[in-house]
Amino acid sequence: MSDKKSLAKASAQEVEHDYATGLAVVAPDAVQNPGMEPHRERMTDKSVKHEKAAARQVAAFFIASIVGSIYSIYAYFAFPLTEELGTVRNNTLFLGLGITLGLLGIGIGAVHWAKTLMPDAEVSEARHQTRGTEDVRARAIEIIKLAENESGFTRRKLIRRSLYGALALFPIPAIFFFGDMNPNKDPQALLRHTMWKKGTRLTKDPNGLPIKASDVTIGSVFHVIPEGLTELHHGKLEEKAKAAVLLVRLDPADLKESAERKSWSYDGIVAYSKICTHVGCPVALYEQHTHHLLCPCHQSTFDVTDECKVVFGPASRPLPQLPITVDAEGYLVAQSDFTEPVGPSFWER
Amino acid sequence: MAFIKRNVNGSRRSPFAAVLVVAAGLALTGGGYAATTAAVASTQPVSAAASAAQTEEGRKLFLANCASCHGKAAEGSAVAPSLIGVGAASVDFQVGTGRMPGQASGPQLEKKPVQFTEEQTAAMAAYVASLAPGPAIPTEEMLATNGDSTRGGELFRINCAMCHNAVGAGGALTEGKYAPALKGVTEKHIYEAMVTGPQNMPVFNDANLTPKDKKDIITYLKFVESNPSAGGYELANLGPVVEGLFTWVFILGFIIAITIWLGAKSN
Repeated sequence: MSDKKSLAKASAQEVEHDYATGLAVVAPDAVQNPGMEPHRERMTDKSVKHEKAAARQVAAFFIASIVGSIYSIYAYFAFPLTEELGTVRNNTLFLGLGITLGLLGIGIGAVHWAKTLMPDAEVSEARHQTRGTEDVRARAIEIIKLAENESGFTRRKLIRRSLYGALALFPIPAIFFFGDMNPNKDPQALLRHTMWKKGTRLTKDPNGLPIKASDVTIGSVFHVIPEGLTELHHGKLEEKAKAAVLLVRLDPADLKESAERKSWSYDGIVAYSKICTHVGCPVALYEQHTHHLLCPCHQSTFDVTDECKVVFGPASRPLPQLPITVDAEGYLVAQSDFTEPVGPSFWER
Repeated sequence: MAFIKRNVNGSRRSPFAAVLVVAAGLALTGGGYAATTAAVASTQPVSAAASAAQTEEGRKLFLANCASCHGKAAEGSAVAPSLIGVGAASVDFQVGTGRMPGQASGPQLEKKPVQFTEEQTAAMAAYVASLAPGPAIPTEEMLATNGDSTRGGELFRINCAMCHNAVGAGGALTEGKYAPALKGVTEKHIYEAMVTGPQNMPVFNDANLTPKDKKDIITYLKFVESNPSAGGYELANLGPVVEGLFTWVFILGFIIAITIWLGAKSN
């Protein structure tokens, strides 16, 4: 205890530091230092009984940690991972509980020890001035000047200027690297075209089997990918992300089609892009009776009977429609690519 | 409600006779139907189990319990759809899950205690199936959960998960409607829902999802239902919102409590 008190006294003296070299503005009405709060003795300082109890508690935490660590080894063997997926659950749970107890026991024990048994005398340590003395500052300038002199930085123009040139050029390659991260020289071309073209058959996701118009009964929903997508060797997901289509058959009397889109549907069968025009989530929650198509991300709702116009939510454009017809064998085919870019808006759209 | 009780005496005719009658009926009506229309694979003529007596009992039950909304000849009305051609599967699903008879109009007719016995439901199904061809009640063999659950999972994620959640926990639709959770729903009702498209659910006919696809989907659903989640407590399987809320409230709360304890002075 006496050691602690002398330490506190020493730091109190440091407070009366010499400010003569500093730039601090000392305001006459500055807040007065209220000084240290009076020291409050803990129960463990006052009674031996409490001190011993605290010591036992700390030891108990450490012993709990030992138990936890041993238990985690036991749990590793008692709840083995097998072929059955569900075994992961108990293995992770009990192994984790053991390790948690092992670590928390040490942590809580150490903190409890420090709080109850280690000395808790308040100590103040004054902050030092940040500005160096005049001597130190003069010496620093001297060193810089000496270095400049010895390296010849000002004197040797060739070296200096070539170094400037080197420094100016070294970031340039990065412009090319980052420029190349753009997957396409013209991102617009990438966004405007999908795999669909005249005569591409509409096929089922995921097996790629073609769909007959007669298979699509009223109220049916087909999740559609373009023919040939499953055979792509690379870029399959990129193409699918743009070309995914939802195929629905409605009573032709329910459809409100504008004159130029009359030929885009086939006997009440309509195909729309599944990529939301808001931020590109797959819009696939189709309600058979209301003919609403709901996007699960932000609740944009599209009316399938009315050219997929937005009836609710943050999307600002209708879903692009894929013009379809049937081929000689009765399979549904695309008449062309989408006539507008699919997915979210972008500047040039 | 006045249910008409009547014992169906199945022993009057031998099962063989029924098969013969149905076979003759199939050749006449089914064959003729198939020749004139592009029949979809799932629509089958009158179920083989239906007998004339059962159909008659079904008609009486229908008139007493359903006709006020669906019309005396099941032709539908302003408040209820026509039941001509919806098939036995539709009746078995709607009545078998208690959704029908409807209790009150609302955004969606909900599952509630079943109002009819299995025999009564079968009779009504037979009656509705006798009106026009429609999806039949699936057989035991079609419902066995010995399909390919991996393939079923993929098909479920493509065709169903957007509404019903990746593990069938259900989810919200527009204006108070919702896709119900699929846990605890029988194999038969799952199959019938896919074939008939109850309420706002779209139809998945056999050309879209083949009976094998449906079997795989049911196998997958029963697999996730009977296998505990590998990730521990599911928090109703509702995904990142619930998990995030749990983390913010309980885990962050625990961290704050520890921090306060660390900074507090011991007494």
